[in-house]
Amino acid sequence: MNVYANLSLVLLLILTAAGAILIKDLIGAVLVLGSYSFFLALLWAWLGAVDVAFTEAVVGAGLATVLFLLALFLTVPLEQKGQLPRGQWPAFVGLPLLGILLLYIAEDLPKFGDPLSPSNTHLAPDYLMHSLPATKTPNVVTSVLMDFRSLDTLIETAVIFTAGIATACLLRTSRHDSHTR
Amino acid sequence: MIRTHDSLIVQIIGRVLIPLIQLFGIYVLCFGQFGPGGGFVGGVIVGTSLVFSMLVFGLDSAWQRIIFRVIQGDGVGLLVFAGVGGLCLLAGGEFLNYTELPIPGLDAASRRFVGIFMAQLGVAIDVAVTALSIVLHLADSSRGYGASS
Repeated sequence: MNVYANLSLVLLLILTAAGAILIKDLIGAVLVLGSYSFFLALLWAWLGAVDVAFTEAVVGAGLATVLFLLALFLTVPLEQKGQLPRGQWPAFVGLPLLGILLLYIAEDLPKFGDPLSPSNTHLAPDYLMHSLPATKTPNVVTSVLMDFRSLDTLIETAVIFTAGIATACLLRTSRHDSHTR
Repeated sequence: MIRTHDSLIVQIIGRVLIPLIQLFGIYVLCFGQFGPGGGFVGGVIVGTSLVFSMLVFGLDSAWQRIIFRVIQGDGVGLLVFAGVGGLCLLAGGEFLNYTELPIPGLDAASRRFVGIFMAQLGVAIDVAVTALSIVLHLADSSRGYGASS
């Protein structure tokens, strides 16, 4: 894949992101958001982050779409005539200035894939050298997540567990209501 | 809200696809140490396939009893993950230091391999059950005022 294909992918990403915000129909917006996740996964795969791409495709385009749709069916559609709030000129001035500032800073970032950048010289060589001999795991991402940094992953799993428990507690009472209604 | 899907095409395609998706999810879970994937992605794929079967075949099928029994075990995955760490702790090492796993006949690297796999299994169970439980509770609570929407 050359640079132009990558550029078109980025353009599609921006288009679908804008579409998900601008579309009035909420179900359509959710589906456009799913396609946004899919394009983002393709971009991650192009950048070489295959594990991130896999997670983005499965969670963003698969599970999150289902959760959004179920939440939409659960809520009552409430149409409201919206009007733009007044006094928006600070945003029109400030956001382009912020963009110019970010582009100016981006000049100083290390080049993509630079072997001498700080992130590639600090801990990454240690992980790459020791993953296979110490854990027999060729996939360095898995060995970092599950062995070298396993305490972080344990806490993340606890966060997911807490989310499930919180949802169950918030929505639990309605099951008893549905029998009486 | 969730009933058996009317379309025969959807039912037959679901009958073919759901075992394949589950097989792929288990493959991703088991192959996560050699390629892209791992516990989180495998768990999400298996959980999504269960959600899919729920949407296609409805909640009032034979699935219902199994699924309601499954979501009671929301903490099992976390228990597996933390239990592996606790085993290391009991065997005299640090928490989650897989080299101290009390498995006889394996060298340190193989013990870490087994420890990584068990941790991934715990993450996968936790994620799959949590996804299923969130979807089921969302669908179940909409049953009460489903007539208005």
